[in-house]
Amino acid sequence: MDVMPKWADVILIPLISLLLAAIISALVILAIGEDPIAAVKMMVAGSLGSTYGWGYTLYYATNFMFTGLAVSVAFHARLFNIGGEGQATLGGLGVAIVVLYIPWPHWSLALVFATLAAAAFGAAWAAVPAYLQAKRGSHIVITTIMFNFIAAAFLNYVLVNLMRPKGSMDPASAKFPKDMRLPTLHEILEPIGISFSRAAPANISFLVAIAACFLVWFLIWRTRLGFAIRAYGHSETGALYAGISPVRITMIAMIISGALAGMMAINNVMGEAERLVLNAAEGAGFIGIAVALMGRNHPFGVFLAAILFGFLYQGGAELALWTKIPRDLITVIQALVILFTGALDNMVRMPLERIFLWMRRRAS
Amino acid sequence: MDFLTIIQVLDSTIRLATPLLLACLAGLFSERAGIFDIGLEGKMLAAAFFSAAFAATTGSAWLGLFAGVCASMMLSGLHGLASITFRGNQLISGVAINFLASGMTVLIAQSWFRQGGRTPSLTGDARFTSIELPFADTLQDVPFLGPIYSELLSGHSVLVYLAFLAVPASYWLLYSTRFGLRLRAVGENPAAVDTAGISVIGMRFAAVAICGILCGIAGAYLSTSLQAGFVKEMTAGRGFIALAALIFAKWRPWYAMMSCLLFGFLQAVSLRYQNIQIGDFTIPVQLMDALPYILTVVILAGFVGKAIPPRAGGEPYVKER
Repeated sequence: MDVMPKWADVILIPLISLLLAAIISALVILAIGEDPIAAVKMMVAGSLGSTYGWGYTLYYATNFMFTGLAVSVAFHARLFNIGGEGQATLGGLGVAIVVLYIPWPHWSLALVFATLAAAAFGAAWAAVPAYLQAKRGSHIVITTIMFNFIAAAFLNYVLVNLMRPKGSMDPASAKFPKDMRLPTLHEILEPIGISFSRAAPANISFLVAIAACFLVWFLIWRTRLGFAIRAYGHSETGALYAGISPVRITMIAMIISGALAGMMAINNVMGEAERLVLNAAEGAGFIGIAVALMGRNHPFGVFLAAILFGFLYQGGAELALWTKIPRDLITVIQALVILFTGALDNMVRMPLERIFLWMRRRAS
Repeated sequence: MDFLTIIQVLDSTIRLATPLLLACLAGLFSERAGIFDIGLEGKMLAAAFFSAAFAATTGSAWLGLFAGVCASMMLSGLHGLASITFRGNQLISGVAINFLASGMTVLIAQSWFRQGGRTPSLTGDARFTSIELPFADTLQDVPFLGPIYSELLSGHSVLVYLAFLAVPASYWLLYSTRFGLRLRAVGENPAAVDTAGISVIGMRFAAVAICGILCGIAGAYLSTSLQAGFVKEMTAGRGFIALAALIFAKWRPWYAMMSCLLFGFLQAVSLRYQNIQIGDFTIPVQLMDALPYILTVVILAGFVGKAIPPRAGGEPYVKER
């Protein structure tokens, strides 16, 4: 029997963890001689106070939604995909190849195929560690870490030696064609009478990310495959008795996970940079871990957590611009969120369970 | 490529292998006791910063080393708290520690020194100076063996010699002492150790503490010996290469030294030469950078011998009630 009601597990524990992370972050800001309350006000004003700020917040949130979903799908099968960064890097390569070397008549068609290519490249990059885990028993965490480094070196090689335009010193691909630009939220919202900042990078990929949230929810909770994935994650022996193949589930879960991480590239490569650069993913693959933990592996939770981290990212950039607080504060907050919601989960959970037990005893 | 060039490349191999070796042995103790540690990178980074910071303010490399080891031990303590006391996920805890170190070092460096997240350059006693082995000067002119002794083996900092002495010391500690036997047993079958009346939690904390000390020395070496001061993200993935070397060595000390020397050699070669020409074929520098990781994946895949981790690795120990 569960000691705690479900709402406490889903809402209370993440909120307490977040509160602990916030308190420690505030102490850190105090320790470096800045005012935490002023800092929070500035972060809110900079990221949520204008449509320009919202545009950046949602742009970052789109990245984190894809990577957060990627990590959470793998978590459901009890696999820790730490390789979202490498899969997103490869996804970027897929997008760049499709957009640069095929003349598309319209951006919408390009978007469909760029999404497919990004997903295919990301999935392929995840499939190798998945195969090694399923068939050869190599630990997926170690192999996906190694694949992040291999992906970085590989992209470096491709950009410097193959995709760099002649005469350019910059290790980056050529600029994508102008008519392949994705519509920004400004262009989408204008016809329905909502004015949105023209300069912000949030684009149609945000809607793709929301669609991905729905699809993942449907997959995990409404299909036979999703049930198999969850069953496998819950108990490997139990799944085995039910006739679920561990090899098949490991492969499928990781391929879906890699595809989601790869799809992030339509936002940052096609939607924002409009060319492929080194380190395009900028750590979003790792933030996916924090987002998935915070969102309790549920697509709606991932959606909320991604927006929270989008806010932190944009707010942190504002802080770095106007105060002496470096942008690395966000890395610390991210670390604290991972620590409290992931590793120190029991530290929050055990006392809470005791309180609920005590309350139940008093009631009866 | 003449003899002197080879000596120089091997010399830089030793320098570059040292931090890998220390971190690799650190991981060895932790993982042999059943605690996975992907936070080696973060611990090294924190130690690198605090060593450089204390060395810069006090002017003593030794005080810096002490501060670095303390910083690394604190992160080790956090890892122990999360993964031993609260039975959390060891991998997630490691990830958190890496980010914590990466963010905190820059934040503290910025508010302490205001130099864009770095420490001032270290000079004089704030750095570990190189030690000349006896007779290095007189033996220099002996053909062949002379340069090997005076160029390759002599003239490293004390931490380099310490790192290579740590290999036989670790071997002795793990395989010839009661402590070592218990430590290895805790990583294979903690229930048996518990039955014998030995504290599993105590043993695991001891292993994690040793891991913290060694990571601390590795970090201090990076910022006060290999380089003169701390810069942002200066570990540059060394913690993960050390992890790769550990798997490559199949969790054994002497093999750890060999694999760290191999990975150090790869780094030395890719630092010295950009693209390597063999006949008509060019090996791109990116391949050299990725080679340690590719080799690890191949080893992990079991195509060249099988790497089997300690059996209880990654599992928190729960006493049966």
